Amino acid sequence: MFAVIVLSLLFAAFGLLLRWSSQRLKVAGNPLAERIDALLPQTQCGQCGYPGCRPYAEAIARDEADINRCPPGGEHCLAALAELLGREPKPLDPACGATKPPAVASIDEPRCIGCALCLPACPVDAILGAPRYLHTVIASECTGCELCVPVCPVDCIEMVSPPARTPHPIRSGPGREAG
Amino acid sequence: MTLFPFHGGLVMERRKSLSSGLPVTPSTLPSLLVFPLLQRDGGEARPGVTMGERVLRGQRIAGGDHLLDPPIHASTSGRVVALQEWPLPQPGGMRGSCLVIEPDGADEAVEPLPPLDPLALTRDTLRARLHEAGITGMGGAGFPAAAKLAGDGPPIDTLIVNGAECEPYITCDEALLRERADTVARGTELLRRVIGAGQALIAIESDLPLALEAARAALEAEDLPRVRVVAVPVRYPVGGERQLIQTLTGREVPSRLWPTAIGILCQNVATVAAIHRAVTLGRVPDTRIVTVTGLGIREPRNLEVRLGTPLSHLIAHCGGYTASADRLILGGPMMGYPIGRDDIPVTKSVNAILVAGLGELPVSGEALPCIRCGLCADACPAQLLPQQLHRQVQGGHLPRALDQHLFDCIECGCCDAVCPSRIPLTPSFRQAKQAARTMREERDKAEHARRRFEARQARLLREQGEREEAARRRKAELGQGVSKIQATLAKTRLKRAARISPPAEPRQR
Repeated sequence: MFAVIVLSLLFAAFGLLLRWSSQRLKVAGNPLAERIDALLPQTQCGQCGYPGCRPYAEAIARDEADINRCPPGGEHCLAALAELLGREPKPLDPACGATKPPAVASIDEPRCIGCALCLPACPVDAILGAPRYLHTVIASECTGCELCVPVCPVDCIEMVSPPARTPHPIRSGPGREAG
Repeated sequence: MTLFPFHGGLVMERRKSLSSGLPVTPSTLPSLLVFPLLQRDGGEARPGVTMGERVLRGQRIAGGDHLLDPPIHASTSGRVVALQEWPLPQPGGMRGSCLVIEPDGADEAVEPLPPLDPLALTRDTLRARLHEAGITGMGGAGFPAAAKLAGDGPPIDTLIVNGAECEPYITCDEALLRERADTVARGTELLRRVIGAGQALIAIESDLPLALEAARAALEAEDLPRVRVVAVPVRYPVGGERQLIQTLTGREVPSRLWPTAIGILCQNVATVAAIHRAVTLGRVPDTRIVTVTGLGIREPRNLEVRLGTPLSHLIAHCGGYTASADRLILGGPMMGYPIGRDDIPVTKSVNAILVAGLGELPVSGEALPCIRCGLCADACPAQLLPQQLHRQVQGGHLPRALDQHLFDCIECGCCDAVCPSRIPLTPSFRQAKQAARTMREERDKAEHARRRFEARQARLLREQGEREEAARRRKAELGQGVSKIQATLAKTRLKRAARISPPAEPRQR
C-alpha cells in the first residue's frame, strides 16, 4: 500500500514537472523547419514546386515533400538534409531540374526596354531599375534563381558566370590601354 | 629559464649546412618585378597606379586603409607595364591579379616616411606606421603586423620574437640574426616598450651557436635588460607560433584565438627588423632574405631579394639547376608546397626555395590503407587525431571534421612523416579546410539572400496593407461624399417643394 502511494505521488510530481517544463521551455515556431531552412541554398527559385525555400522547408518538416527537390543545393545540400533527418540520401528528382554551376543574371543593356517586368520577379530585389529606365542586376546580390529570365519580353537577360570576389579594375592611364 | 615541452613533434635531420653560415648576398634586379594583389584575408588590394606610370622605390602601388588590407609598395623604380593574372606563391597553382613593374635600373627612391622617435611612440602611432609601411609577417603566414596591435585583448605581458626556424634547410632567419642582430635587438626593445610588455624573448634554436652568440652580443651592446635570448630545443615544429609560446611560457593558446588573447604578442625576427627600419628610418620593406637551397641548385645561398623578383631569377643567380634537380618547393620540405613553375614572385612571406635533387626527399608513393596505429596522434603538435580527421574528410563528413577541430591543424606535416601507410594526411586536411571555407562562404551568401528575401516579403506585405488601407479610406470618404450629396439633394427638394407648394393642384397626372 505504502509503495503504491509513494509511486503515485512520484508520478504526480513528475507529471506536474513535465507539464510545467513543456510550457516554460516551449520553443516558438517550428525548430525543424528552421534547421532545414538553414541548409537550403536560399535562391528562392521555386524549382522544388514551393514558393521559396522556407515553404519547402516547412513542407519537408511536415513530411509532405521529399528531400531531393532542390537542384541549386545539389549533392551537398541533399547529403546534409539526409543527415539531419536521418534518411537515406537519394538522387535529385529530375522533374525539378538539374544542378548547374553557379551563375548570376546579367541584363544586356542595349536590348533592355525598361519594362520593369523583371523587377517584381526577383525574390531578393537584386535588379535595379524603374519603368522606362535601364535596368541592371546587382551581381553581388543575385542568387542565380533564373526567375527573371522568362518574364523578360525581349529576352535580354542571360545567366553568366559570377564575377571574381573583389574585382578592382585598374584605372586606365591617359592614352594607354589597360593590360 | 624553465622551458615547457609541447606535445608531439619530431626530431629530424636539419640539412641546414648547405646554406648555414653563408653571408647574405644581394641579388641583382630582374627584368620584371611582380606584385601579387592577393591579401591575407582572401581579398585583392586595389591598385593605386595608372598603366605606364613611373613609380619609385618605396612608392605605394596598391592597398587600402583597412588593417587587413595593407599597402603594397614598389621595390625599385620603373614603369607599371601590366595588371594581369600571374601564378601566385600559394599552394595548388593558384593564379591571381598582379601588378607588373619593369625596373629602369635607376633604383630611385621616394622620400622616406618621417622617422619617428622610438621613445615617444604610442601604440596608435606605431600601428598607423606599420600599416602605412605595409609590414606583414615575414615568417610565412604573412599576417599584417598592424592588425596584431589592434589592442582589443588583455594587456600584453610577453613579446616573443620568433627566430626558431625549425624546418629543415631554411637559414634566412639565422643569416639575419648573424648579420643584423643589432637591428633585431633594437626592434624588439622598441616593440616591447610600445606594447608595454614586461619581457621580450628572442627564441633561437640551440643548435645555431653563431646566431645565438650574435643575438646575445647585440643585447649586451645595446644594454637591454628586459630582452632575453632563449635557446629552445631542436624539435620540429618548435617555431610554430603556438608551439613556441607553449615552450617558452607553458601557456596554451586557446583554439580559434590569437596569442594576444592570452597576453602574448609573437613576431618573426625579420618582421621585427622591418618594424625597426620602418619606425626609425621611415623605410618600407623592399627586400627580404630568401634561402635558396637543396641539392638541385648549383650554389645554395642566402640572398637579399627585391620583393617581386621571380624565383627563376634567384635560381639563375645561384648558378641554375643541377642535373639532379627534381622538385621545386616553396618553403621548407615540411610546410612548403611543391610548385610546378619558377616564374612565381617572391613576396614578404616567401622565406625559402628548396630545389630538391633526385631522391633527396622521400617520395610519396602509393598510399596504403590506414591501419589505425595512432602514430600520427602521438606526433601531432596540435593534439588532434589525424586518423579520425582523415576518416571524416575521406567520408565527406566535413561538419564532423570541423567538430574534431580540423581548423586547429597547423599543417606541419608531422603526421605524414610518421605514417607507416604513407597517407598524404596534411594535403587532404589542407583541401578540406579550403572546402570548409567555401562552404562557409556559401552559407553566408545563403543567409544574406534569406535576409533580403524576408525583407522583401515584409515590404510586399506592408505595401499591400497600405494599399488596402488606402482603398478603405477612399471608400469611406466616398461613402461620406454620397451621404452629403443625398443630404443636399433632400434639402433642395424640400426647398423646391416649399417654393412650388402654393399651387395646391399637383401638376402631374
